[in-house]
Amino acid sequence: MALDRWLALVILLICLAYGYAAYFTMDALLPPIMKRSPIWPSSFPKVLVIGGILLSLSILLGLEKSPEKKDATDINLSRLREYKVGQAILLLGLMVAYALLLRPLGFLASTFLFLTVGSYILGERRYGIMIIVAAIAAGTVWYLVDVVLGIFLSPFPLFLTGG
Amino acid sequence: MLEGLLTGLATAFTFTNIMMVIGGCLIGTFIGMLPGLGPMSIIAIMIPVAITIGDPSAALILLAGVYYGAVFGGSTSSILINAPGVASTVATSFDGYPLARKGQAGKALTVAAISSFAGGTIGAILLMVFAPALASVALLFHSSEYFALMVVGLSAIAAFAGTGQVGKALLMTFLGLMMATVGEGVLFNAPRFTMGIMDIQSGFGFITLAMAMFALPEAIFLVLDPNRSKTGDGSDGGKIKNLRISKEEAKSITPVIGRQSLQGFFIGVLPGAGATIASFLGYAVERNIATKEEQDEFGKGSVKGIAAPESANNAACTGSFVPLLTLGIPGSGTTAILLGALIALNVSPGPRLMVDEPQIFWAVIISMYLGNLVLLILNLPLIPYIAKVLAVPRNYLIPFILFFTLMGAYIGQNNATELLILVGFGICATLFRFADYPLAPLLIGFILGPLLENNFSRAMQLYDGVGFVWERPMTLGLLILAVVLVVLPGYRARRARLRAEGVADGD
Repeated sequence: MALDRWLALVILLICLAYGYAAYFTMDALLPPIMKRSPIWPSSFPKVLVIGGILLSLSILLGLEKSPEKKDATDINLSRLREYKVGQAILLLGLMVAYALLLRPLGFLASTFLFLTVGSYILGERRYGIMIIVAAIAAGTVWYLVDVVLGIFLSPFPLFLTGG
Repeated sequence: MLEGLLTGLATAFTFTNIMMVIGGCLIGTFIGMLPGLGPMSIIAIMIPVAITIGDPSAALILLAGVYYGAVFGGSTSSILINAPGVASTVATSFDGYPLARKGQAGKALTVAAISSFAGGTIGAILLMVFAPALASVALLFHSSEYFALMVVGLSAIAAFAGTGQVGKALLMTFLGLMMATVGEGVLFNAPRFTMGIMDIQSGFGFITLAMAMFALPEAIFLVLDPNRSKTGDGSDGGKIKNLRISKEEAKSITPVIGRQSLQGFFIGVLPGAGATIASFLGYAVERNIATKEEQDEFGKGSVKGIAAPESANNAACTGSFVPLLTLGIPGSGTTAILLGALIALNVSPGPRLMVDEPQIFWAVIISMYLGNLVLLILNLPLIPYIAKVLAVPRNYLIPFILFFTLMGAYIGQNNATELLILVGFGICATLFRFADYPLAPLLIGFILGPLLENNFSRAMQLYDGVGFVWERPMTLGLLILAVVLVVLPGYRARRARLRAEGVADGD
């Protein structure tokens, strides 16, 4: 089955779960006064889910013929091995690690690590330049965001700032 | 109108706002040149900065400058390295790159800059003329008409998605609308579809979603395929000289610019059409009406082939502001992001905008003139230096794009969970891109969702049910139009396919 139909299947399952909540569970806690109103919190979702189910089914069953288009992204999915998939996965993992470490490590350290490790994953081996670029970038962005724009960004690790 | 114009002039010509225009144009040009990063990604990255500014006029002027700058930057990379940074400048590369390869990159860039300037300026004049008229008509609308109008807007977006794409575009729109219902609604204070997760109690963040839909997949594609950002041969930006064009060339492109600025503007006004369609259509029209000799020149470095898409795409960019500012309906993915930014700044675009906040409305229009002027005066001599941004090594460029994507989502919400949501949605968006699902309808659905639901709910309460559909003729008419917009492309695609099959069978 083509990827677009697999995705349509996933969306269909999401719609079914969404529809179950809209039709069967959402109105249970609704106060009696709200039940007199012609519109309930579940009214709009109920309409939406019908459209969602019908449309995902139409793609799943191939009712609309897709045009012969092989390079939606200029990347040939059948030859995925020829692309840098490993690097992409590692960078996504690095983004998750950044999200988890941002608070405990503080902005400066986590950003410095993100930029240096990111460059390393992409094949950079000139460690000196890598470290200088990452350090300047982390410091500059922190200064611009925290000091100039006034948005608080904890620069140091939690154990230094005491939470 | 004159009073509004003067208010706009006074607002736009403050020191801060002029700096916003100049800064926005420069930032947009720089980032727009990077292959793969279109205006949508750039504006998404810039929104947290714009929101921090606080002043809606200044923020919108900055974002409009970034928008024009990105389109201009896209044409520069199209001409110099045949790598359009923006989809709407793909047509520019058809003739721009061959002309650059002939050693006349300077001339190609000058034609592009002049055409962009003229297209943007004519577009801004047309916007000034048409927007107030449209806004006064829109003032007659009630909540049921608004609801119907939004349905028309959403279906038109799907209809313009392309042959064989209507179903996918509509599905993405519905997905966006469904995502908009997550969290506490404005009308009902009860949390919906949150699955008990506190972090999505207030719904998904618009900036996070915009970043995940546009900036993150582009960055992932740049990682997957290093050739995507590869520079071309011998087109060192530092060696661009001779930016002059001859009198004959100026004479030949003048009518092209005039025609395509008009055509581009009206295409831009249509919901969902946007600058990309305008540029391709502009190129095709000019090629078709050219003389036989000129037609042969198209694709080999014709100045008309550069002028047509460039004036059309800039005029269309301006045109797309008409439905955004007067009706509150975004006509494209980029204006959808701008609409989200406006809402975040507590500005409600629509017919009341001109009445309630004329300084914002007119300042944006005036800043469009300024933006085009800045692009012409400032960027043309700077092109050789700006082009050097293309030489930033991929090993540094990609981590920085990813970092700014993360920062955009984090600054907006100050919540690390938002970053995990960003990565999750980013992966989904990449898969959608692989499967050729259009992402702009999802974002437009997400932004219009609350407005659509509010107007629907108000109309339901007023008429105690769905009676408003047949009791208000304008609502009924608009809803019928929406159905036609959805059905028509499918019918035409089917007819074209049947005809093609007939031809193949020797019919």
